[in-house]
Amino acid sequence: MNPAADLTTTLGFRPDSKIRETLPIGLPALDALTGGFPRGAISEILGPESSGRTTLVHSLLAAATAKLEICAYIDTDDSFDPVSAAAAGVALPQLIWIRCGHNAGHALKTADYLLHAGGFGVVVLDLCQVPLRVWNRIPISYWYRFRLAIENTPTILALAGKQSQAKSCAALMLELERKKTRWAGAPGFTLLREVELEAVSRKPVRPHVAHFQAKAIG
Amino acid sequence: MMFACLHGPEAGLPEIAQAFSPWFEQTAPDTIVFPIDGLKRLHGSPHQIADAIAQRAGQHVRIAIAETADAAILAAHNLPGVTVAPDLTDLDVRALPLTEEMAQVFESWGIYTLQQLADLPENGIAERFGPSGVHLQQLARGATYRPLRVFQPETTYENRIELDHPITLLEPLLFLIARLLNDQCARLLSNALAANEVTVRLELEDRAEHVRTLRLPVPMRESKSLLKLLQMDLEAHPPQAPILTLSLALKPVHPRTVQTGIFLPPTPAPDKLELTLARIRGIVGETNVGIPELLNTHHPHPYRMVQAQPSVTSHQPPITSHQGFRYFRPALPATVSLDDNRPARITASGIHGKVLNSAGPWRTSGDWWTATPWNRDEWDIALNNGALYRIYREPGDRWFLDGSYD
Repeated sequence: MNPAADLTTTLGFRPDSKIRETLPIGLPALDALTGGFPRGAISEILGPESSGRTTLVHSLLAAATAKLEICAYIDTDDSFDPVSAAAAGVALPQLIWIRCGHNAGHALKTADYLLHAGGFGVVVLDLCQVPLRVWNRIPISYWYRFRLAIENTPTILALAGKQSQAKSCAALMLELERKKTRWAGAPGFTLLREVELEAVSRKPVRPHVAHFQAKAIG
Repeated sequence: MMFACLHGPEAGLPEIAQAFSPWFEQTAPDTIVFPIDGLKRLHGSPHQIADAIAQRAGQHVRIAIAETADAAILAAHNLPGVTVAPDLTDLDVRALPLTEEMAQVFESWGIYTLQQLADLPENGIAERFGPSGVHLQQLARGATYRPLRVFQPETTYENRIELDHPITLLEPLLFLIARLLNDQCARLLSNALAANEVTVRLELEDRAEHVRTLRLPVPMRESKSLLKLLQMDLEAHPPQAPILTLSLALKPVHPRTVQTGIFLPPTPAPDKLELTLARIRGIVGETNVGIPELLNTHHPHPYRMVQAQPSVTSHQPPITSHQGFRYFRPALPATVSLDDNRPARITASGIHGKVLNSAGPWRTSGDWWTATPWNRDEWDIALNNGALYRIYREPGDRWFLDGSYD
């Protein structure tokens, strides 16, 4: 007897017991923690400023473009840096960059069009710099709509932000924190060398954390 | 199989040939050759066919009928009037398309007529002249059998409708455009072509002309997709007066062929993707959708956005874990207090704090020979709010927050 099926009949809801295909991003500690980003689902990458959200998004895009997939970056606040993305290994010719000019409404509409068009490996919705007053007004219905649109497709919708937005619609929720910043050189002549980041899986909940390093752009 | 060749004044030759056969080859502006087998039931024997052609063509056109197309061409070029199944054996060998060297060799061998050339051993000709010599000998023997390179009149993909009553709404206009598009896309399909440019030209009641041109990143021939693209473009750029005349032109090109594979990941269909991107352009603006492209420069923003569709590249960069960077666009003006010539405290819109650590200055400048030079001192700083930023100072002691490391 499948315990998950039992739970469905007893409590009247259906847990997300689907076995999904995943996309490992090539960071061993993080892949061990999450098993890769689930396809056909929403993944949230959360954290405060400088916590490594963009680093992780670039790694995800690099892994997808290395598999010859077409990806899209919905740049809500016009903040995307192609140079650091290319340094992380993103094949830029395979990436559609959409600048939304600080308009979260446009970003959500754009995501809707892209997800319903289909055929994308990863669609990144960057909401990292969206002001809190706008953030709180985003209707949760969007996330149900997006979840339905990509269900049974290989598309990953990666949502980067400060706090969880998709909540129950997300299949993976990663919270990031910068633990250490390494500066090289003598005082007065220092150089930003590397940061050490920590990832915690909030959904599915995992007891352990993953540590990984990111080099500064040379 | 029999062929007729017409050789004469250039004007009107294709029309004469078309009166007898839908398929003809125009080997030169003044020479046309076509098959006449289908004319036997209509006109009778080859002589009667030749008479019928001569009656239509007039006296200035030479007509020759022979068993092969090349023999008919040779006869029409070298024999006057109307000739049917002519004997070409005594024709001068110089009537063939010889090079100067070949002509000299044939003269030194004492070869003056086609019969003499036809009688030479084929192996010897092949050894001395190669494939071109063998071809000449086959021409001399009247033994060259080849399919005709059928003349295709140039097809134009342009239609025009003059309206009885001026149109003021988009919907009836789209109805007419759909009619023209269906027709033209069907013609594109029958010619195995696609369009990479669509132009709609509207003549308006105020005598102005409203022209919209869509340049497609991938050639398309699906009328529904093209109609939707035109609809979105006309909605974004509507004409300013009622429409009197509509013309639609497609630029034909060869369609894009892509080798797909069962193990390759699925990618968006090009026409569907173009429609989606057109819809998104309608929301975020024409210039805000594209592919990022790096530029070979030391400029602080060494990239641009290219208006194109994504393409899978064979060269894949190695995956590395590099720190991501986020720009503040536009850069945030900041007030920076210095301590020992290094940033000590920063205040900008929504960001302020004490600088815990800093690296810099990294001095860059360039483009001083242009109207938009740059000159800046960059610093990487760690603030006590936990974030890492890149700041820069421009001449005049103006400070800006460029972005954050994330």
